[in-house]
Amino acid sequence: MLPTGLDPLASSLVSLMAIASLLLAFVMLGSRWLDNYLYAFAAQSWAMAGLGVAVGWFAHSPELYLVAALSALFRGLVLPYLLWRMIRRLEVARELHESVRPASALVIGALGVIFALAVSSRIARPLGLGGTVAVLALTVMLATMLIGFLMLAIRREAISQIIGLLVLENGIRLGAQILIPGMPLLIELMILADVLAAVACLAVLVRYLLSQFGNASTAQLRRLVG
Amino acid sequence: MTGALLLLLVIAPALAVLGCLVARPGQAATLNLAAGVVVFAAAVPLTMLSRGGPYRYWGGYIVFDAIGAWVVLCAASVYLLSSIYAVGYMRLLGEDQRLPSFYALYAGFALAILISPLMNNAALYWIAIELTTLVSTFLVAFERAPESIEAAWKYIVIVSTGISLALLGTVLFYWNASFVLGPTYNMTWDALHHAAPSMNPTLTVLAFLLVLVGYGTKVGLAPMHTWLPDAHSESPAPVSAMLSGALLNAAMLGIVRYLAIAERAPSGALPRLALVALGALSLLVAALFIVRQRGIKRLMAYSSVEHMGVMALGFGFGGPFGVAGALYHMLNHSLNKSLMFFGAGNMMRTYGTKEIGQIRAVARRFPVQAALWLAGAVAITGAPPFGLFLSELVVLRAGFQRSFAWAAGLMAGLLIVIFIGFLDHFRAMYFAPQDDEVGAAELRSPGAWCIAPMWLALAPLVVFGLWWPQPLWDFFAHTARLLSSAP
Repeated sequence: MLPTGLDPLASSLVSLMAIASLLLAFVMLGSRWLDNYLYAFAAQSWAMAGLGVAVGWFAHSPELYLVAALSALFRGLVLPYLLWRMIRRLEVARELHESVRPASALVIGALGVIFALAVSSRIARPLGLGGTVAVLALTVMLATMLIGFLMLAIRREAISQIIGLLVLENGIRLGAQILIPGMPLLIELMILADVLAAVACLAVLVRYLLSQFGNASTAQLRRLVG
Repeated sequence: MTGALLLLLVIAPALAVLGCLVARPGQAATLNLAAGVVVFAAAVPLTMLSRGGPYRYWGGYIVFDAIGAWVVLCAASVYLLSSIYAVGYMRLLGEDQRLPSFYALYAGFALAILISPLMNNAALYWIAIELTTLVSTFLVAFERAPESIEAAWKYIVIVSTGISLALLGTVLFYWNASFVLGPTYNMTWDALHHAAPSMNPTLTVLAFLLVLVGYGTKVGLAPMHTWLPDAHSESPAPVSAMLSGALLNAAMLGIVRYLAIAERAPSGALPRLALVALGALSLLVAALFIVRQRGIKRLMAYSSVEHMGVMALGFGFGGPFGVAGALYHMLNHSLNKSLMFFGAGNMMRTYGTKEIGQIRAVARRFPVQAALWLAGAVAITGAPPFGLFLSELVVLRAGFQRSFAWAAGLMAGLLIVIFIGFLDHFRAMYFAPQDDEVGAAELRSPGAWCIAPMWLALAPLVVFGLWWPQPLWDFFAHTARLLSSAP
């Protein structure tokens, strides 16, 4: 937890970064192009790294710089590069099978933000944190996760689903940075390694999908029912 | 002594992973089997030693307590049985050149399952559980058929999504306890226990529900069970046994540990009620899908959903009886479900189909194996004189005792439905008249490697059904005490 009495500059910087990340989640939700997902995801990771630096500065905990740097390196460069290579290997450049149009998805996402805000203020009030940056952190965390779920639910390209999973993870990461910056470094690093491993595994599976089905749309995965 | 045995428990499968990758291809199965034997030989004395109270190692990152020991024992039993079975079964797949990588993954999967109960840090436990998913995905996809890849994809995406909720719950638990313990602390189960009485109730309930849904996905509680029938039915039979008999328990442990914490916080009855409700729903869903099931391994998979529901009910009812019943059920189910998957795998290979409708006249063709499998089927539906009958009875009794009569009543009714539905499939496979006579000569029974583990699984089930050893009862009472009171 950040010190509750943040000075205005600190709290507006933190808020700015958090809201920028949420907006980037909306960019992903409103687009059909796989490339856009990718760039928005990378930008979101960089915004999160900036947030980490800001939190580290104001909470006087230098080890957060290290976490932010690793986060920027892996989430902002390595993962996007891996995904970019995957997209290049596929024949498709855009989502073809979404079950909800992007425009409607944006509206649902907005409703999700309102829901997240309601939940967060309900949680924060009894803790005596109403109106602080904690409410914002919770809202952004829950809203980003809801958007991630939405992306997983309505999109069929394998890449979209991987990015949906990463958005979920980013959402948690984002909230955790503000709410619990004191989380031990070891845990942070393990979770980061875990995300990398997960994406590597998913990449191999995408290759299997390609070799068996000729493309990487999950819309055709409908044999196993009952 | 305990430390050395624990080290052995972890090193044996780790060496097997390395060995499978570097040794000559023919030796991979032997190496894996050797690891299975060592792990089992270490797990049995460890379970006895765990009575000495929670042991902590490595600056408190590793804990060895009674309930963790029990999960390790279940996992070790299944690992040993399925490693024996794999020797015979994997030869039948005709993928000999890929077997070393299979066994390396297999030992790695066992390793991930075995370390997860030992994690004392809630976040590291989460990572261990996620690791089991990543490793086992490739075991599910091993056969590379379109169905296997579909199952693997659904498995990794659904479970990763679910488990991200568990991570969110973990973060919220950390945050919640940080008001008591300060911003930086080691998030051990003990620390959470100590902080629990002063935690914020609303936040605790929210965090627990997230953890329940998250790990519940991995356990296969309905309605998050959708990956389970696919993954269990499409993976090779030894992997199905490991998934069902070992992995699900390891994830259930997380729910149980968090429930104990949520119970100590002033969070009311909701956490317990939520677990009971999910357990009851799992039984209901399993009953519906078992009755109309057409695939033999999917039948076994839904039976896993059922039994995870029974365990959720047992832990949800709580009290000495609830915990004892659920723990006893865990071991019985692990043994029994391995037996069932082995039998199903044999039949699948023999008849060359996964459809129940095409497996006919089992009793006439393979009398011995059929008798074994049928005994397993009777056992898994909860009929006496097998262990599951006793454990289900204890869970029911806990339910009636602890003011969850509605859930216990529902459970009893659904168990009867499942009994009828499940055994009806066996009636059809054993005694129904056959449409087209397949030449009996074409059907060859798999070898002794595939039958022996079935005997090994059945024997303890009969023993546990007839005789509940007093030391076991003491062990369960001790575990229940540990769960309800902070260490």
